[in-house]
Amino acid sequence: MTDATRLGCAPPWTEAGQHAMSPVATHDDIARFNFLANFNKFMASVVVTGNAIAFKERAAPQWHASHGAPPETRREIRETMREDPYYRMWSSLRRSGMEMRQQAGRTLVLRQMAALRDRARALTAAHPETLRLDPTVSVPRYQSELDNHCMPGSYYAEYLEGDVTAAANYDAGMFATTTGLFGRFLDGAGRGTAEWLRRRRPGWTPTRILDLGAGLGHNSLPIAQAFPEAEIIAVDLSAPMLRYGHARALGMGIQNVTFQQANAESLPFEDGCFDFIFSTMFLHETSHSALRNILGEAKRLLAPGGVQVHLEQPPYRGMGAFEQFLRDWDCQYNNEPFWSALHDTRLPDLMVELGVARDRVFETEIHALVEDEMPKVSTEVEDYGRGGMWYACGYDS
Amino acid sequence: MNELELQKLINAAASGKRPHFFADHDVDRLLAIVWAMAGELAVTRERLDTVERLLSERQLLDRANIDAYRPDATAAEERGRWQIEYIARLLRILQQELDTLQGKSGK
Repeated sequence: MTDATRLGCAPPWTEAGQHAMSPVATHDDIARFNFLANFNKFMASVVVTGNAIAFKERAAPQWHASHGAPPETRREIRETMREDPYYRMWSSLRRSGMEMRQQAGRTLVLRQMAALRDRARALTAAHPETLRLDPTVSVPRYQSELDNHCMPGSYYAEYLEGDVTAAANYDAGMFATTTGLFGRFLDGAGRGTAEWLRRRRPGWTPTRILDLGAGLGHNSLPIAQAFPEAEIIAVDLSAPMLRYGHARALGMGIQNVTFQQANAESLPFEDGCFDFIFSTMFLHETSHSALRNILGEAKRLLAPGGVQVHLEQPPYRGMGAFEQFLRDWDCQYNNEPFWSALHDTRLPDLMVELGVARDRVFETEIHALVEDEMPKVSTEVEDYGRGGMWYACGYDS
Repeated sequence: MNELELQKLINAAASGKRPHFFADHDVDRLLAIVWAMAGELAVTRERLDTVERLLSERQLLDRANIDAYRPDATAAEERGRWQIEYIARLLRILQQELDTLQGKSGK
């Protein structure tokens, strides 16, 4: 077994960026996140490796013996691995870790829900015009049927009027879940995207930017900072995420982001009114039909000469079946119902189907840009689905 | 909302069927409890660590000081390392399985 003392450890939660909306954490809250972060790290760097061996030595031969051929698809691999005692233990622990992360975050934020709500209101009062909530926006069924990645109440629960706890929990826990790989303020994807755009279009400055499925806007902010003259619209379905994100941004002194509640399948904007459109880890949370509609809307809204890019976990094509199987764990066991379908979708083909010229479409890789003292993805073992590097697909209009 | 109601809300289940991995579902349930205990023990250990550090630094104890404590780089490193070793200690049975698997594959 890997010598545990040689392993790096996760940065302590006290290294997570503090801002005006940060909940007041006790020592015990912090220690719970520290335990979970190091547990995630240990699982992702040591324990996970046994699955490949269990597959090769036990599960695959068993399948071969009973089926007359080795398991070939990720579904066949899952079927035989589900019988393996090592995989069962790994999975059961991993699921418990997901649930404990929710419990830890909710322990931290729910007891101070009124104080957090009041703080958000006070911050928002300085610039109410950049928070546009729309009570007529309803959560589509594909979103309300299942709580996303095991968050009780998903992004939408409101335990009191003006509640922001769904977002506060999301924000507080992600540093532990990702063991610092997304940076102190969880903005590594946005910072990476800004850097990517600067290199792709040197000297070009977008003027109107759309962040789709922006959540609490953690990746909108570095784009807003990179292009301080631009107006950024961060769109999301969830009022709690937008309320919190708006207050968080203002608390950081960032004022060029408008947080707007809307369904990305049907947006209240004029054709061609954005010259840069992006999303980060959003598309895998959308249903097949929603995905088509969202990319259709994004096409309608992109101005001539503009560019759009969508960051996601890498697609399954070209990947071995065993890696697909491991990466698919979240779809089966962590309430990510559209994860498999998205990773089987050829986004370039879908964009072409929607009328984009093939030679305008690109695929690339974007890495998280994080503070010097935060861990870097290139030196880390990837915890499937949580690493700080992404497949990116988009096109120039 | 009283304390018990708050704890119930904190502990709410996410919608969707909870998966089971072991043939006997009681094993999943027991493991979830054991792992929650492991987490809480880590919490206690970390608090104790803080108390000890504060005592040695200042020769006094004040609970507010504990909540305000932020580890420096060295302390953070030591504490993270302890977490990793602690997790490895608890997962002894899994390590033994992994060792056997690695032995089989000649690693």
